[in-house]
Amino acid sequence: MVEEEGFQRYLAHAILWIGIAIVAFPVYLAIVASTQDNAVIANGQMSLLPGGHFFETYYQTLFVGTSGSTREPVLNMMLNSLIMALLIAVGKIAISIISAYAIVYFRFPFRMAIFWIIFITLMLPVEVRIYPTYKIVADLHLLDSYAGLSLPLIASATATLLFRQFFMTVPDELLEASRIDGAGPFRFFWDTLLPLSRTNMAALFVILFILGWNQYLWPLLITTRDDMQTIQVGIRKMITTTDALTEWPVVMATALLAMLPPVFVVVVMQKLFVRGLVETEK
Amino acid sequence: MANVTLRSVRKTYPGGFEAIKGVDVDVGDGQFCVLVGPSGCGKSTLLRMVAGLETITGGEIDIGGRVVNQIEPADRDIAMVFQNYALYPHMSVYNNMAYGLRNRGMAEAEVKTRVEEAARVLELSPMLERKPRQLSGGQRQRVAMGRAIVRQPKVFLFDEPLSNLDAKLRIAMRVEIRKLQRRLNTTSIYVTHDQLEAMTLADILVVMNGGQVEQIGNPLEIYQKPATTFVASFIGAPPMNLMPLRSDELTSQIAGADGAGIVGIRPEDFVITGETASGGVALGLTVEAIEHVGAETFVYGSRQREERAIAANPGELPPGEVIVRIPGATGPAIGEQIRAVAPRDKLHLFTADGRKRVGP
Repeated sequence: MVEEEGFQRYLAHAILWIGIAIVAFPVYLAIVASTQDNAVIANGQMSLLPGGHFFETYYQTLFVGTSGSTREPVLNMMLNSLIMALLIAVGKIAISIISAYAIVYFRFPFRMAIFWIIFITLMLPVEVRIYPTYKIVADLHLLDSYAGLSLPLIASATATLLFRQFFMTVPDELLEASRIDGAGPFRFFWDTLLPLSRTNMAALFVILFILGWNQYLWPLLITTRDDMQTIQVGIRKMITTTDALTEWPVVMATALLAMLPPVFVVVVMQKLFVRGLVETEK
Repeated sequence: MANVTLRSVRKTYPGGFEAIKGVDVDVGDGQFCVLVGPSGCGKSTLLRMVAGLETITGGEIDIGGRVVNQIEPADRDIAMVFQNYALYPHMSVYNNMAYGLRNRGMAEAEVKTRVEEAARVLELSPMLERKPRQLSGGQRQRVAMGRAIVRQPKVFLFDEPLSNLDAKLRIAMRVEIRKLQRRLNTTSIYVTHDQLEAMTLADILVVMNGGQVEQIGNPLEIYQKPATTFVASFIGAPPMNLMPLRSDELTSQIAGADGAGIVGIRPEDFVITGETASGGVALGLTVEAIEHVGAETFVYGSRQREERAIAANPGELPPGEVIVRIPGATGPAIGEQIRAVAPRDKLHLFTADGRKRVGP
């Protein structure tokens, strides 16, 4: 690292601070707006200092919901989102680690063909195959259910590839030592491969949880009941109201609440996450 | 305790490559057998076939009177030490050693006794709770050994276990392995490409080349009577001097060299002298280089005549070059003309293709 002298150093700091301001100001604005009275915001006279409606707004947001179109408490939406995100993250990790194990360690007919089929699905995200996927989920009577929300998003080529790459770096001698030590395929997977994949799983969990949490299009399509609504869909519904004033403090509070779980996951798992992405030593 | 017998063992890979071309070896109970050869000679493949990690495409492998061709590695009653140790990185030293025992359903109390006993023998007792990454190379090596001995198997298999260690540690571990093997009296098969390791460890030495056994025997016997020019140049450092007998300079001197095409002389069998050996060999050399190693001196001389290479064997000398090993630190000067003489009984004679030894 080059130590900059005097002016250049101040300039560098100034640029960084400007960057922080650009990122942080909208968040600050959302926090302020969530504590103001809706009438003041609607007037266009919102103050840049926090108002006095903090508890009131958050109580209403979490437990009551907007007074307008959808009267769904945000706590319930968060719960739906949380269940969906967890199912997607855990399900993806479980499915991909098992399929990667099969592809790397077992010799079976059409092994490479199957690998390439998995690989090709990388090019077919939900958005591309949305109609057939919807049809299948509808035919299986999974609309408005957690299974319907998460199952179509669980199959994952990226995670399978990541685990495959990782497994291929595990020295063959470990498998051979396990075989000599009397560990069968299941024991080797459970006793050796899983513990070694811990950091990789953590990194994937962070990425997949956020991916699941931020799903919008799919939940929007397959949930019709208000009590199955996820938070990302909920925010959108709150903003477009037909006959009433948009309740901006509640919208802002919801947006802030929607940010919290991903932030929490990243903060808690940051250390493992970084190790999982950069670790090379086995 | 068991014999290991290999009966015309073959390995052909699906692509048609023949890695092992029919090997017969008989390792007696409690013996230490070393497979040695250059890289790619099939020695590791052969060991892995004994372990059950490679399938056997021909012949039989017999451990303790039981043909194990179709038996899983875990059920062959063998233990293996790998070159890169292959310790489970996420398990403590204790668990690394206990894992194989637990998988066999051994009672925890018995596991504890065995692991602690092995740790005591290998001086690992203070490190039982550590993870492999917190250990030095030598300690990891000992854990790998510990994992093998707690099982009390019929056969130990070692796949170049010392090649990841530095030179000093390698010698220390070599002695330790030998002592341990003597004490446990367990039949062992050890793979190495280091001929010094092979010489010092082996009860039976198997020299391999190109998927075939070149010679089997006691190490000293092999050193003294190499069966082929490959063995002659592979065992011994610096390598044996091999010279074609075409040149009249040599044939005229050697008595009873009928049928021989190549003569081999160990560097230490030369004497630098003015006397002519009767029936032996006298070479006129120009000193090209001198290596002082303290207790002895290596003299690299070039022969007056240009010679063609004999065979592309590892450790082979450039054509026309001769190494003479003399005791002490004093030797001739560079550029000096010397006469290197070897007596008749120190000459090794081989057929012209190098595949067969001629005479005693």
